[in-house]
Amino acid sequence: MMKFLNGLLRFRRGAWEMLASILIALGVVMLMQPFLLTLYTYSFIVTLVGTVMFIIVSHFPE
Amino acid sequence: MSFSPIDRAAAKTPNGVARRIRGLSDRTIAWIFVAPTIFLLLAVNIFPLIWTIRLSFTNFRVNRPNNDVEWVGLQNYQRILTDPDIWQTMQATAHFLIWTIILQVLIGFTLAFLINKKFKGNDMWTTIIVFPMMLSPAVVGNFWTFLYQPQIGLFNYVVAFFTGVDPASFSMIGDVNLAPWAIIIADTWMWTPFVMLICLAGLRSIPDSIYEAAECDRASKWRQFWTITIPMALPFLMLAILFRGIENFKMFDLVVQLTGGGPGNTTTLTSIDLKREAFEKWRTGYSSAYAVILFVTVFGLASIYVKALNKVKER
Repeated sequence: MMKFLNGLLRFRRGAWEMLASILIALGVVMLMQPFLLTLYTYSFIVTLVGTVMFIIVSHFPE
Repeated sequence: MSFSPIDRAAAKTPNGVARRIRGLSDRTIAWIFVAPTIFLLLAVNIFPLIWTIRLSFTNFRVNRPNNDVEWVGLQNYQRILTDPDIWQTMQATAHFLIWTIILQVLIGFTLAFLINKKFKGNDMWTTIIVFPMMLSPAVVGNFWTFLYQPQIGLFNYVVAFFTGVDPASFSMIGDVNLAPWAIIIADTWMWTPFVMLICLAGLRSIPDSIYEAAECDRASKWRQFWTITIPMALPFLMLAILFRGIENFKMFDLVVQLTGGGPGNTTTLTSIDLKREAFEKWRTGYSSAYAVILFVTVFGLASIYVKALNKVKER
């Protein structure tokens, strides 16, 4: 966990890609879950933030 | 002295042009060769994408081109993301996507594993198994519509044979609980061979020497399967999941032919709903926003998936 947080603070690609991937996966789950309409409503913004973040952080150093 | 076609072409090039070409740097020549492809890519892929994003913020209707186009901001997105019917469509798509991938990967890998064994008639069985994939989705849709007929359909009689229920007592296409499974079965029947072929390529790429070494170390067949076969075929399996995942997210023709999205909205997948919004209700701006949402979802998923695939390949 500390390694992950250090990676985020030092703008390392691995940690930020992991965070972006979690956001994308969370957004997709929110989009398709059958339980709460509110989650569905905010799913797109979560996926969009994750996807844009993924594109940006893939240019960070390893 | 013989001249090659290149020499002949060079000889025919006018002096002025030849001098100009000789003066170009390698980088410029590379750009000249790449430029047509980049131009095509921009014209066919990037421009429509940007245009769709722009339209998604308007109330444009393509069947009323003379009407004023108003900028509505995020209103289209807001309406889509608060609509319970579209939410229902997303769930139907998720159900279809998850189950088709699970079934196709399990059956496809098992078939590939069996076909990979050397036995008599191996090639003939491969051809027979691959046959459904060669058919048009419209044909498969029609074909399964007949198979699912409660009165004359073979499917109902097979189920009746194994379970003892009356074949006319249930309708795969007409029942709200069975219709989602009807499209899953038809898609699995059609596309499992594709997964099988990719898995077969993966299995055939594993050198025999690895298994021979494992035999020397007295590794059991079960152990060989989990420590050699699965890890080495995993990139191929992941590739198959990626292809099928993206394809099934866009699934349209087979389902339209089979159920038309019914009964009710139970088999209305996002692509069918999108087509109705865009080309039946002619709400172009609204459907553009819908398309952008689907695009971002597939793009995001594909990005993390490709990253995972590269990690598996690096191992």
